[in-house]
Amino acid sequence: KEHNFYGGHGIVGAQVPVGNGLAFANKYNAKPGENMNVAIACYGDGAANQGQIWESANMASLWKLPMIFCIENNHYGMGTSIDRHSSHNDYYKMGNHIPGIRIDGMNVLAVKEGMRFVKDYCGSGNGPMYVEMMTYRYHGHSMSDPGTTYRTREEIAFARSTRDPLEFIKNTMVDAGFAEPEELKAMEKKIRKQVQQEVQIAKDSPKPDAETLLKHVYAADLTPYNQEYPDHIRMPDYEKSFWKN
Amino acid sequence: RTFGKDRVFNTPLSENGIAGFAIGYAAMGGTAIAEIQFADYLFPAFDQIVNEAAKFRYRSGNQWNCGGVTIRAPCGAVGHGGHYHSQSPEAYFAHTPGLVVAMPRGPKAAKGLLLRSIRSKDPVIFLEPKALYRAAVEEVPEGDYEIPLGEAEVLREGSDVTVVGWGGQLNVLAKACDLAFEKDGIQCELIDLQTLLPWDVETVERSVNKTGKLVVSHEAPITCGFGAEVTAKIQERCFLSLEAPIQRVCGYDTPFPLVFEKYYIPDEFKNLEAIRKAVDFSQ
Repeated sequence: KEHNFYGGHGIVGAQVPVGNGLAFANKYNAKPGENMNVAIACYGDGAANQGQIWESANMASLWKLPMIFCIENNHYGMGTSIDRHSSHNDYYKMGNHIPGIRIDGMNVLAVKEGMRFVKDYCGSGNGPMYVEMMTYRYHGHSMSDPGTTYRTREEIAFARSTRDPLEFIKNTMVDAGFAEPEELKAMEKKIRKQVQQEVQIAKDSPKPDAETLLKHVYAADLTPYNQEYPDHIRMPDYEKSFWKN
Repeated sequence: RTFGKDRVFNTPLSENGIAGFAIGYAAMGGTAIAEIQFADYLFPAFDQIVNEAAKFRYRSGNQWNCGGVTIRAPCGAVGHGGHYHSQSPEAYFAHTPGLVVAMPRGPKAAKGLLLRSIRSKDPVIFLEPKALYRAAVEEVPEGDYEIPLGEAEVLREGSDVTVVGWGGQLNVLAKACDLAFEKDGIQCELIDLQTLLPWDVETVERSVNKTGKLVVSHEAPITCGFGAEVTAKIQERCFLSLEAPIQRVCGYDTPFPLVFEKYYIPDEFKNLEAIRKAVDFSQ
């Protein structure tokens, strides 16, 4: 909550009208004379054709909401490449009359400066903006997708060798003399260790107790009947449900 | 005049967008009252309502919520509505935990329930029987008052049979109860559920334990209508008190007809038959 991150959504595209509402709240509560806070909804190229996104675009443009439609174009909607799932592949133009820009999502400097511009544009009351981030996905869409049935391994390897964002940063910094390769190696080691620690914490964390199943369906001021956890029902054995390699 | 003209505004015809918009605004702590022109048009917004509004609090572990959302829509038969201006979709939404579904029976209840719904910390689907907009006349107290959500109201007491309904159907049921008393001397206990999710099981249970018979009525089609939930719950809780099978008097399993509306709706005569059937069975 502390990062104003309103969460993930099951139906891809559903976050966009909600994001519109966040943008509207920002606009409605904006202090005069200051830039408004912006709202950003991120979704993939696959979701970009969802009906609710077109609806939101209309509302955002009509009411000049400080809303950023951020399309993360990794060229595949799950397993379907963009030329097979979308008739129009210039996603930053999908807003029609809503201005859009395309940013190289693998270049962290481009993203930073691009978003600075977009945030300023939207926050000063010009209305929404479409941002297309060109990016790539190495692994499959999910745990059950190997990621190689719809594209070649050469393509993945090519992207990894030429467009990898971390490599770009490392090379840029070394070439410009901002850092020594050894420094970066040490940093990588430290980060790897930190990630491993976090993973271990996550793995060691106990499962929530059974009552959490029924908590927070409603706010506390309305307690529906039958929300006590029935004590004759046993929870499944968590250990057995983990997928092991 | 008081709050500025930005506070109430018209939207484009995008129900899913409207619902999501209201949810987002409520997620930021605001109070959003989204109006959908007819309850039949709630279906484009079904994704936002069921997948976003109902789950917002639960999926974020109480970090976020959209309790400030109230979605109002006129529902129910109106004489000439046909398929798309007459539906009563309460059953679809009552099937979704996380939502609150309320339906008032008249102006006085509407004010109290609506105020409570708006202030509720849960997202509420507030269905308003449209036939009552013009037909209902009632003394409505000025000033602020609320009717609690999740509580049913016993409109009249009786010892022979429990009759349960909600919304505009209560006028029909009241007529049926009157007929039952005039013609057969049957004393009906009439209950208005007011809130369908979560519904006041105890009040109905107490009543059926007293009378031993139950008639539930609603305009929506009978299969999987909300009457089915009431019936299932009550037979579970009151099995030994029941003296007759629970009667459901509902619309038929068809899309809401235009020409045949008068045959379709569960009017007071069909309900009278059901009341009589329940009483006769028990004797």
